[in-house]
Amino acid sequence: MKLEPKYMPLAATVSLFVAMAVFGSVSYTGFFSVQAFLNLLIDNAFLVIVAVGMTFVILTGGIDLSVGSVVALSTMVLAELVEKQHWSLWLAIPLVLLMGTALGAFMGWLIQRFRLQAFIVTLAGMFLARGLCYLISIDSISITDETYTALAQMRVPLWADGAAVSLSAILALLVVAAAFFVAHSTEFGRTVYAIGGSEHSAMLMGLPVARTTVLVYTLSGFCSALGGVVFTFYMLSGYGLHAVGLELDAIAAVVIGGTLLSGGVGYVVGTLFGVLTLGIIQSLIMFDGSLSSWWTRIVIGALLFVFCVLQRVFETKRNAH
Amino acid sequence: MSATAFQAGLVTRLRTHPLLWPVVTLVMILVVNASLNPGFWVLQWRDGHLYGSVIDILNRAAPLMLVALGMTLVIATRGIDISVGAVVAISASVAALMIGGTLVIENGVPMRVSRFPMPLAIGCALLASLACGLWNGLLVAKIGLQPIIATLILMVAGRGIAQLVTGGQIVTVYYTPFFYFGNGFLWGLPFALFIAAAVYLLVHLVVTRTALGLFIQAIGINPAAARLAGVRERLISICVYAFCGLTAGIAGIIISSNVKSADGNNAGNLMELDAILAVTLGGTLLTGGRFSLAGSLIGALIIQTLTSTIYSIGVPPEINLVVKAAVVFVVMLLQSAEFRRAVHGWVVRPQAAVAMGKGGKA
Repeated sequence: MKLEPKYMPLAATVSLFVAMAVFGSVSYTGFFSVQAFLNLLIDNAFLVIVAVGMTFVILTGGIDLSVGSVVALSTMVLAELVEKQHWSLWLAIPLVLLMGTALGAFMGWLIQRFRLQAFIVTLAGMFLARGLCYLISIDSISITDETYTALAQMRVPLWADGAAVSLSAILALLVVAAAFFVAHSTEFGRTVYAIGGSEHSAMLMGLPVARTTVLVYTLSGFCSALGGVVFTFYMLSGYGLHAVGLELDAIAAVVIGGTLLSGGVGYVVGTLFGVLTLGIIQSLIMFDGSLSSWWTRIVIGALLFVFCVLQRVFETKRNAH
Repeated sequence: MSATAFQAGLVTRLRTHPLLWPVVTLVMILVVNASLNPGFWVLQWRDGHLYGSVIDILNRAAPLMLVALGMTLVIATRGIDISVGAVVAISASVAALMIGGTLVIENGVPMRVSRFPMPLAIGCALLASLACGLWNGLLVAKIGLQPIIATLILMVAGRGIAQLVTGGQIVTVYYTPFFYFGNGFLWGLPFALFIAAAVYLLVHLVVTRTALGLFIQAIGINPAAARLAGVRERLISICVYAFCGLTAGIAGIIISSNVKSADGNNAGNLMELDAILAVTLGGTLLTGGRFSLAGSLIGALIIQTLTSTIYSIGVPPEINLVVKAAVVFVVMLLQSAEFRRAVHGWVVRPQAAVAMGKGGKA
């Protein structure tokens, strides 16, 4: 069986993940268990959701730097509404999702309508969302609402003995499944890939380029807000300093997952594996014990470098044909 | 030429001068500052140097000015460097760690002695930051990565490297001569300001007295055309990123000297954003090609004055970020040709319609 070249980066990521999992299982006792792998998903559920939104943005050749701050703002607004204003969370959560979606739509509109650089618009969005966090409160607000903590601690048992997943992990998998469907089976998904390939050609083909560009950032805003909701399940607090640098982790996950930064090529499933790879690096460093936490950042940087260079090689090969 | 024609020419030149809007913005913020805080312009001569709000702003703006100078050249070549914050942290960590400062009692007099000679420590810190810049430049020019991605790698890994250097600790410096860079005064003015001025003068001379400025603009306008025209585009790009790394390194030394310590995790945090903002405020186009070094200095001053204003009028400092966001939104909209056209459409069309309506009636 010969692998199609376009699946190469994805195959590289999956192999890397498997290799690291095997290495960990052989080297450290207790590394290999179903629950340990489920924990990768549980601990990184918010990153999966945010990175899926980012995948669509990067597929169109754009970038969204505001995601980390929007996550923080969502945790902050949720905590304020539920804890301080005693709102029902069934009202607060949809409101937060709406807020993130609206912010994403606004940035998308600026980028599309005024031909602004996505980088600088989302940078301003990043400032704005972080600033709004601090306007609500400069301190951390912990969430003690009973329904909320019950939801956060809920575990769905699986077939294996004792293994269970959290609500966040299920949400993350649902988002991945939905994104997979949207990317590969809808007109929106096809337009996203077409814009990434060549915006001009997409326009000549009569595809709704303007609408799709705005929608992609709207989707990313929604995913960030949902990521924020999941983050509150994980942290049970709202804080302006939550998720600092998350945008970089999300971009790193998307790149390591095999999505071309110049747009047009990539897979939602790759992003899932990208996040899991980042997660397993952290587990390996934790299990090793002798390495300090900052090695995580250096290893992620090194991986990012390797994958970017690989992408570049594939790109030049593709152009050479 | 008649006197009036000469005057008209002068007015047009002033109106179209690229530094007009940055200067107007700065003056406006200064006026607001002076009206809110009566003591704003008060300068005092104490212990042989000047004290006052303005001096304080100048002193605090110096590191940002330096980083903005490097960033200006990078942006002029249509690039971007988002790793400057991490480079600041690396340089600060190397300098602080190598200087350290131990207490030694010599002839009954307690003295602080640095671990390595200070020039060596500073040299190493600058060399490290130069290496960071070179790395970025090689990724952009040789491997052909998008600048934002190429520098993203160092932005992610750089803080890890800085923490690796300091062992994850905040390194405190006890060696007095080192504090001169961030806190010292020369001829009554902060020493850091002289460093920034020297770097500015040097770059200004190099880009105006040699063809380098022209080459950088040519690369920014169209890299392929510049290469075809015989400009050594790759070499110049690498040099520009290396220079940007170096200015971030100098800023790192000033910052660590100012706070007498280095924190690998937080030094230079979000500095890349402030630097990009300063460059944009100064009238340099993010799309490359046109740049203004003096504009970037004014941009850095605008940001620092804005920050100081927000602190001094008693508004919670958290609002700072929201204000900065609003400034970025306004500046980038003003830079957008589409936006100006749209505004023109909103303003002119209704009036034209009104005029036509009137004309129709008469």
